[in-house]
Amino acid sequence: MIYDVTIIGGGVIGCCIARTLSKYNLKVALLEKEADIASGTTKANSGVVHAGYASSREYLKRDLCIRGNKLYTQAAEELNFPFQRIGSFVVATEDNQIKTLEEQRKNGIQDGVPGLELILDKEKIKYMEPNLTDEVVGVLYAPSAGLVSPYEMTFALAENAAMNGIKFFRNQKVRRIKHQDYIFKIKTKVSEFKSHNVINAAGLFAAKISKMVGLDYFDIMPRRGEYILFDRNALHLNKILFPTPTKISKGILVCPTLHGNTFVGPNAQNITDKKDTSTTEAGLKEILEGGRLLVPKLPLRASIRNFAGLRAVPDTYDFIIDNTDVYGFINVAGILSPGLSSCFSIAEKVIEFLELLGVELKVKEDYNPIRQKPERFKDFTKEELDLKIKEDPAWGRIICRCETIPEKEIINAIQSPVGATTVDGVKFRCRPGMGRCQGGFCRPRVIDILSRELKIPPIEVTKRGEDTNFLVGKTKDYFSKEIEEEGE
Amino acid sequence: MKSYKSDVVVIGAGAAGMAAAIEVKKAKLEVLIIERDQELGGITLQCIHNGFGLKEFQEELTGPEYAQRFINQVYEMKIPFLLETMVIEITKDRKIYAVNNKEGLIEVNAKSIILAMGCREKTRGAINIPGFRPAGIYTAGQAQRFVNIEGYLPGNTYVILGSGDIGMIMARRLTWEGCKVKAVVEILPYVSGLIRNQVQCLEDYEIPLITNYTVTKIHGKDRVKGVTISKVDRNFDRIIGSDKFFECDTLLLSVGLIPENELTLQAGAELSKNGGPLIDNNLETTIEGIFACGNVLQVHDLVDLVSAEAKRAGENAVSYVKERYGKETKRKGKIECIPGENVNYVKPDIINKEDLSKDIIFTLRVNFPDRRVLIQLKDEENNIIYNRKKVYVIPSEMIELNINLEKNGINPEFKSLTIEVIPRPEVLIEED
Repeated sequence: MIYDVTIIGGGVIGCCIARTLSKYNLKVALLEKEADIASGTTKANSGVVHAGYASSREYLKRDLCIRGNKLYTQAAEELNFPFQRIGSFVVATEDNQIKTLEEQRKNGIQDGVPGLELILDKEKIKYMEPNLTDEVVGVLYAPSAGLVSPYEMTFALAENAAMNGIKFFRNQKVRRIKHQDYIFKIKTKVSEFKSHNVINAAGLFAAKISKMVGLDYFDIMPRRGEYILFDRNALHLNKILFPTPTKISKGILVCPTLHGNTFVGPNAQNITDKKDTSTTEAGLKEILEGGRLLVPKLPLRASIRNFAGLRAVPDTYDFIIDNTDVYGFINVAGILSPGLSSCFSIAEKVIEFLELLGVELKVKEDYNPIRQKPERFKDFTKEELDLKIKEDPAWGRIICRCETIPEKEIINAIQSPVGATTVDGVKFRCRPGMGRCQGGFCRPRVIDILSRELKIPPIEVTKRGEDTNFLVGKTKDYFSKEIEEEGE
Repeated sequence: MKSYKSDVVVIGAGAAGMAAAIEVKKAKLEVLIIERDQELGGITLQCIHNGFGLKEFQEELTGPEYAQRFINQVYEMKIPFLLETMVIEITKDRKIYAVNNKEGLIEVNAKSIILAMGCREKTRGAINIPGFRPAGIYTAGQAQRFVNIEGYLPGNTYVILGSGDIGMIMARRLTWEGCKVKAVVEILPYVSGLIRNQVQCLEDYEIPLITNYTVTKIHGKDRVKGVTISKVDRNFDRIIGSDKFFECDTLLLSVGLIPENELTLQAGAELSKNGGPLIDNNLETTIEGIFACGNVLQVHDLVDLVSAEAKRAGENAVSYVKERYGKETKRKGKIECIPGENVNYVKPDIINKEDLSKDIIFTLRVNFPDRRVLIQLKDEENNIIYNRKKVYVIPSEMIELNINLEKNGINPEFKSLTIEVIPRPEVLIEED
């Protein structure tokens, strides 16, 4: 079997391209090296859909972000992922910063960013966001900025793509790519795929994949960002809060999440190890200090988790979206911020490239752009809940106490297209273990359910794939081993 | 929707909930227990070590044995209970909504509610340890469940952060399973659990206790490969150059317990500084007719103390239903109890003035250990209305006082009293 298109990388970009391609009558495969999609940069990301005024005007990413932001409305409706345009504030705490904000506003409006407004009335600002520091002198308000859960959105994209016939292959680390007679032979750790076209959306490893076909014209460096997440109800923010940017970074933000938590972060550390998602003492200190400049009363006691994500920073500092010299090989690399905001416009661009390559784009007759919203216990009224439990008792068995997640939601997460196969996969799809106890109570039960549904022993259940097993053996194993040895 | 009604509803069937329900039943009122787990007993079921029941039964029992004594009484007294039933909402007018997989959504109308939901363990996030987030990091209680209930080992070589009781007990338990516990690391200068556990669980097994140290980095991207521990100064800041690396595949956390009060908050009751509900001397929360007892109120050292407190909650719920329910009662006002010097928190938070003639049980914990102290109650004008000598105090041991304020001559006009634990100056003079 030869695929028309193979996408390498199952992050938000790869999955968004997959979903866009699923509209057409094409044979498409997506390869992901990890045990689950949304495992890399997508997983630990601020989840902000930027309005688009922030990037420098010479960059491609600016246009793609402004357009991408607009495409979110329809996508969120079709795919039913949580998305809210709650608006953002870029906060100036010194008078000389107002100039920067005014410039951003002016350019933003010219480039089609809707509703940008410079607010200098402190009372109005504090009314809109009471938690903001008293030092504020002005804010740039962008009403079109929104919040999304990057991984939930990626799952939605993948599910819809799979429903429409895209094949997802996980645990498929690409080792080699051979290009011969206009066919790419992609050798992975466990099998081989043949494809006429390849889309390289491999995130941090995109340069490595590109080099496999002899294209060595850019490099990707990891830039780490650390975060601290606070418990639900610890702090209520109305707006996404940015400091006034410097040349290097958008700065450390304080931001609500769609689930009622708040986070502070990220900082920006250029590192060399593309797997180093560890957090550091100094870094955590740095983001707290940064966050306090915007919200002086950060609820430190309510912190429930710290984590770090890596940005895929290209040496060009702009997105690398190229129909390359290797016929049929498209690079979608260096997708750093605002990559999440731009994913739908990036996918549009990839479609244009495929058209140029002569790929026939015929819309499927049975294409269904709608992905139903996963049913959630929390969304039901009391009457609905009663009926649901009577239909299926698994709705009435609560597994995660902190987030009130019943067994049924976990089973659905496992059984959905491109479903969860790991504890983290379940956690990111339906939230057991995301709450304040961080899995203290529910983890043994989630392991049980995965073991039952996947028909594997509990010892083989992993956190997030190979080498991340939770359990090492049964109790008393030691003694039976000892007895065996003595017997010998 | 299925509907129940009961004079008293107890939420939670652990040591607290069962003891409270039994007390209500003894007074011949209707009582219903709602439990989220699949059996009665609560967390004591996974505590298979001994040391339970010395106060309550004058016998040394294991956790499951202790629980079984109460479970038997629940059965003998035919106290109704709902298992695998999760309360999702409590309203101010004491209506409870819960779900289970057999009956769907359940509505329970109660005249009085006793909260007995217990506590949960602090996690890594709550103490913000930097490093990777690999598999192999568990709270001590979670490991206890894996080993004692599920029959699985979460790892082979361990470092335990925090010298809470569950951590120390797990150090011993895992050693018995043939695992290697390399160290128990404690940020404070002293052990944070009971001394008896330090002796019986660590010293007897030659497991090193490293005080004034904490875990400052977790190594290993997929599975824990080791931890770095560092010495800390008085402000708990890392002392540079004091790092030590321990190779291990598992990190257990025993860094404290937090009362589990999401339902309490959601019902609209106020919480106090210790994380438990704000209560009066009858264990009544700020919402009339809703009482709290056990670890949901304050984390206890011994389950026996939990049962004793729960009995009081049961009795008080009974008098509420019999005497105050549905009636307008005139209250005489309140006296606030304020934690003073070296007092972390004190329960009750408030005392009803109509109860001044009664014996009132105060429970408190200190902030730091001390020797030869005086526990004092002072009124608004700094008059000492009660004092008691104590040879030593330590945060891990809850102090219980039984005081009749009227007999001690409290001025009923006052609005607050302060409790403090101070060094005894006269002792120093004696020693000279």
